[in-house]
Amino acid sequence: MQVSYFPGCTLNTTGKGFDRAVRASAAAVGLELVELPEWNCCGATYPLIIDNMLELAAPAHVLVSARDQGSMVTTACTTCYNVLKRTNGFIREHPEERERINAFIEAEYSGEVEVKDILHLLRDDVGFEAIQGKVQKPLQGLQVAAYYGCMVLRPPAEVAYDDPDHPESLDKLMAALGATPADFPHKNECCGAYLAVAAPEVTQEMVHTILQSAQTAGAEAVVTNCPLCQFNLDKQQAEMRRSHAGYVPIPVFYFSQLMGLALGLDIESYGWERHYVDARPLLGKHGWWNGRTDGH
Amino acid sequence: MATSENNYNKRVLIVGAGIAGMQAALDIANSGYQVVLVDRLPSVGGHMHQLGETFPTLDCAQCIMTPRTVDVGRHEKIKLHVYSEIEEITGDMGDFRVRIRRKPAYVNWDLCTACGACSEKCPQSIPVAFDRYLEMPKVLASGKVRHEGTGKAIYTLSPQAVPKKPVIDVEYCTWFQKGKCRLCEKVCPVGAIDYEQQPAWFEERVGAVILATGYELYPLQKLGEYGGGEVPDVIDALAMERLLGASGPTAGVVRRPSDGKEPMEVVWIQCAGSRDPELAMPYCSKICCMYSAKQAMLYKHKVHDGQAYVFYIDIRSAGKRYEEFIQRAMEEDRVLFVRGKVSKVFREGEKVIVWGVDTLTGLPVEIAADLAVISPAMIPSEGTRELARMLGVESDEFGWWTEAESNLAPLETSRPGVFLAGAGTGPKDIPEAVSQGSGAAGKVLSLFGRWGASADQGTEPAE
Repeated sequence: MQVSYFPGCTLNTTGKGFDRAVRASAAAVGLELVELPEWNCCGATYPLIIDNMLELAAPAHVLVSARDQGSMVTTACTTCYNVLKRTNGFIREHPEERERINAFIEAEYSGEVEVKDILHLLRDDVGFEAIQGKVQKPLQGLQVAAYYGCMVLRPPAEVAYDDPDHPESLDKLMAALGATPADFPHKNECCGAYLAVAAPEVTQEMVHTILQSAQTAGAEAVVTNCPLCQFNLDKQQAEMRRSHAGYVPIPVFYFSQLMGLALGLDIESYGWERHYVDARPLLGKHGWWNGRTDGH
Repeated sequence: MATSENNYNKRVLIVGAGIAGMQAALDIANSGYQVVLVDRLPSVGGHMHQLGETFPTLDCAQCIMTPRTVDVGRHEKIKLHVYSEIEEITGDMGDFRVRIRRKPAYVNWDLCTACGACSEKCPQSIPVAFDRYLEMPKVLASGKVRHEGTGKAIYTLSPQAVPKKPVIDVEYCTWFQKGKCRLCEKVCPVGAIDYEQQPAWFEERVGAVILATGYELYPLQKLGEYGGGEVPDVIDALAMERLLGASGPTAGVVRRPSDGKEPMEVVWIQCAGSRDPELAMPYCSKICCMYSAKQAMLYKHKVHDGQAYVFYIDIRSAGKRYEEFIQRAMEEDRVLFVRGKVSKVFREGEKVIVWGVDTLTGLPVEIAADLAVISPAMIPSEGTRELARMLGVESDEFGWWTEAESNLAPLETSRPGVFLAGAGTGPKDIPEAVSQGSGAAGKVLSLFGRWGASADQGTEPAE
């Protein structure tokens, strides 16, 4: 199956390792991701004011290039997914505003492309069972808490392909890879998002609640499908030992890293050196890492 | 077909034998006209039968309603069709034809003497709908708190059930599921057990209809933010009534479902699915403020050193002596009212963690509680829409009956001869439901009086 792929800025820069993992594991399960020949910023946030059409120009432009290449576009960045999906829905449902956007970006577009998050695609179009059939190295014994954040869940009517209160697609993917998902109540809680810039102490508290709860549920690692959540959950732990006595840091994986590992791919280039909490010792403990672990 | 008002049938069909339907039935029957009273449960009483005590007087609900249920059960002018559903209604005012389907009880009620031997000996315990499926730990579910006749695959709703005749739940009955047992048949002294019993159909002819179909609660499963029904110590308000009521699964001792411990911190959560136009129901369910205050009060009367919290948007206590009741809960019983919504309820270890906000201080609140009681939105009882279609009577977008005119004709429908009473038109408390029952009875009696004015038919209707 061939699908247009929009990497977005994160997976093209700081998240390059995730991107490599996404492309490689998608290919390994028969999903050919074809990068859009020309793409720009997704807009980064869906506008919070409803009459600012200008902010929809960037995502609309991405959707137009997607339309020119095929009927569906996918992305592995949940923020990009959220913005593109909502923009697409807005264009579909608002003919008058659609005209203004089209006039501005000089295009004829009415929302005909289907925007699908890559996890959604893996679940419904590839199928977790098919993925399970391709696993070379089952993640036997890995207790992992699946964390979704908000971008693929909220607002439910516009973006959710999973239960917004009790999402389970990532848990099921982990189970298909052979890992043991640890159910915990904060899998859809806010990670603090951009408060990490304005009020890092608030983000740290929020992240602490999430990670503590995951560990209470028995998790030795967290896995997420959101690059921003991965960043917050990972980075905040660097300071956490100082603010929370006795706190034990745990690695935070991006789902494609674990997918590549289970599919038996060469995982060395998956950006391990960028993790704040080094994930390699845990992989080593399970016998899944033989290389150096001092690449910081 | 009736050709003139003189031939109109002066019998009435009442759908629903809750407190509103029973009130209407008794008022009409006491005037000498015949009533056909239908309910889908095996006995009468509706939701009021499940309640512990009532606000604002703290009367024992079962004690004050038992005289009513008994009267309904033995009134010579009331023909009871319990464990039955309306299958078809045709005709018009003065001459409705009603087809009623009686579900098989697998017990011949004409022979049954209600001795209780069958339930006593039945080896199969079942989750009890009447107790809101509260699954109490084994230590509590022992014979000590199992009330006579209840909780087995052959059961009555309660020891005070009217009629007090058992039915078999085929989903759980060992004979129906595994083809062996037949213990109830062996112990029944009068040979009333009939595993071959079939549904029965009855035709009734009536001149008027009262719809007293009542309400249900919005299911916890749809309230994902409050655990989606998956957390055992997050229960709905009717379940709490069962925990507080002497006839409940714990005999009125407050225990929580997960481990049977006495909960020391209990949180009540208002407006769960009510006043929530985006995700659930936009309307106010009207009775929750009052019953939550009542439940918190009763809890404090039973667990003196326990702490009760009520999260609310605002307190709606419009009713005679209602506001005083709320004040009493706050001042005398020290119930802590927190103004704000709860965003999330989840389980952590043995605790139920409640995340909310106190909008008076503007601060987030976290309570590590032992039990959370949800006040879900009231919704129309199951089957209301089908009945509406069958009758050609309007219901609104939520399924509540539509009144002919909400100000001046609140008990009438758009269809002549069809009247409304109780919570089927929208959330109501007991006094209001009872008033409407009497009101609808008055409407029917005034019709019957008019029909009899031109030619005396007597009060005995033509069958």
